[in-house]
Amino acid sequence: MTNVEGMTNDETASNAGSPSSFVIRHSSFGRGRFLEALTFWIFRLATYLILAAATYIFLDIGIKGGRTVFTRTAPFINVAFLSQAPQTLYVFDFAGKKMTLGDREFRDWKSVHPGVEVEATSVAYSAGGIWPCIVGTALLVIGSMALALGIGISSAIYLSEYSRNGPLIRLVRIAILNLAGVPSIVFGLFGFGLFVIFFGWNVSLIAGWFTLGLMVLPAIITASEESLRAVPQGLREGSLALGASKWQTIRKNVLPYALPGILTSSILGIARVAGETAPIMFTAAYAMKDEMPWQVARFTDFFFQGVMALPYHIYVVSSKIPQNEYTERVQYGSAFVFLFLVMLIALTSIVLRERSRSRLSW
Amino acid sequence: MVSVVEMPEKTSQITASGPEVRRGLIEIKQLDFAYGDHQVLHDVTLSIAPRAVTAFIGPSGCGKTTLLRCLNRMNDLIDGARITRGSVEIEGIDINAPGVDVVDLRRRVGMVFQKSNPFPKSIYDNVAYGLRIAGITKRTLIDEAVERSLRSAALWDEVKDRLHVSGYGISGGQQQRLCIARALAVEPEIILMDEPCSALDPIATAKVEELIRQLKQQYTIVIVTHNMQQAGRCSDHTAFFYLGRLIEFDGTAKIFSNPRQRQTEEYITGRFG
Repeated sequence: MTNVEGMTNDETASNAGSPSSFVIRHSSFGRGRFLEALTFWIFRLATYLILAAATYIFLDIGIKGGRTVFTRTAPFINVAFLSQAPQTLYVFDFAGKKMTLGDREFRDWKSVHPGVEVEATSVAYSAGGIWPCIVGTALLVIGSMALALGIGISSAIYLSEYSRNGPLIRLVRIAILNLAGVPSIVFGLFGFGLFVIFFGWNVSLIAGWFTLGLMVLPAIITASEESLRAVPQGLREGSLALGASKWQTIRKNVLPYALPGILTSSILGIARVAGETAPIMFTAAYAMKDEMPWQVARFTDFFFQGVMALPYHIYVVSSKIPQNEYTERVQYGSAFVFLFLVMLIALTSIVLRERSRSRLSW
Repeated sequence: MVSVVEMPEKTSQITASGPEVRRGLIEIKQLDFAYGDHQVLHDVTLSIAPRAVTAFIGPSGCGKTTLLRCLNRMNDLIDGARITRGSVEIEGIDINAPGVDVVDLRRRVGMVFQKSNPFPKSIYDNVAYGLRIAGITKRTLIDEAVERSLRSAALWDEVKDRLHVSGYGISGGQQQRLCIARALAVEPEIILMDEPCSALDPIATAKVEELIRQLKQQYTIVIVTHNMQQAGRCSDHTAFFYLGRLIEFDGTAKIFSNPRQRQTEEYITGRFG
């Protein structure tokens, strides 16, 4: 306490509380203080970097995609882009004017101008819209999340409420951890080998559901188990002591309180399922499909058809077709819609979670 | 439902047959209990009289809560916890026998916990929980039982106007009485209380103690307590435990005025523990 002079700044700070050494120093620009400021700025800049990156991405997609999705005239939203299927774009010069027409428009134009021969450049998928992709992604998300939540919550209940820690359960936990570390392209390959080839489901919705479902399963199991464990043991004991069976206790007095946490985890799951391209490129996604998913001959065909999907569509229009000034429209338009949909899903889950959470507190 | 209706008759028969302590409602016979390899109860033999309050006292870690939780098999929930020898019989039935329905046992042997644990539901739903679990759906029956239980727990007048606020919206003492009401709603025969007043202030404690004295007219009560004055005030019989052994068991007046064992006397006079 006596040799305050010999102490570094840190030590004085920690001793400031005891009355005998209460010495207020004027701030000086010593080495320690400089280091202190430097570390602070490094951490601060690292944090701001995130903001910068996020701002750039959102602005880039927002501006470029906004040009496609929004219009200058009422209704201010490009309805055709959101409600039509992709079409081939035809670009040609006619009477000194540059014409850019979609597939159907081009045919109409030709019938109006019979006998006119034009040198048209065709750009695949760059006209029309992305409606089938939106529908396909929605179907993939709904199916795979239903599957993953069903299996995931069930096994989380088993692991946290029923199982006793033995070698088999430890093995299961290791398996879950390993599953979480498998790259998504490997899931795609696995789904291709098992569901598409071995089960003979071909490239289909159901193969995509299982592949995507298995991919998010570990995340959902882990998060669900944590939310279940966060429910106080006292609620279980209180319920059991009233003569409730184990399953009654879980259903009425544990699961409802764990659900907000499980929903939070499914937000991340939905974003991943909607966003992954690799697992569906061999199992569920078509680059182009003319019929909408509900245009099937038999009910069962619904499950065994491939669909178009937003992430795969972005991949196709960005890498599978020759790039030129006309391709950007669909690329950024799709990305914009995609981002918007994921945000919408996340927002719904957050609202649901807050609603159920506001009723709870212990 | 049928068993709930029949229960009071059954208990009254048993009370009528035995005049005092000898023929106990609960018979604990030479009980050894262990968590894994760690034995916590050694050769405990004890009989608990019906329609009376029996208190378990002793220093921390003496096994009194473990013994209490043996009476409704709450220890089943703990990995590695098991009875290694002896038995617990309630009305002559070994509750650990293979055929015993533990769910039914727990409905008949209610429990109030150390830390009040109302469910994150309304006061009404907290009390109705056990009834709904038992399959009772008739609204009027549930309404009646909720009112009766809250009255028995001396809580009705305080909460009757806000039955639909959360069980967490009332004070700590009220919460604990809510938990007692919840236990009473399923009409148990025996009520186990694990230090029910440890988190309560003196006024709330006095209310719960008064409640215990009233409840013993209808229920068999076993209470674990750290508070010797509490055991003295509201119990008829007191068992003193030390290091997993039952040191002395007798009438409360006898234990507190003239204990036979030196250890009991030392604990009660505050020389250790």
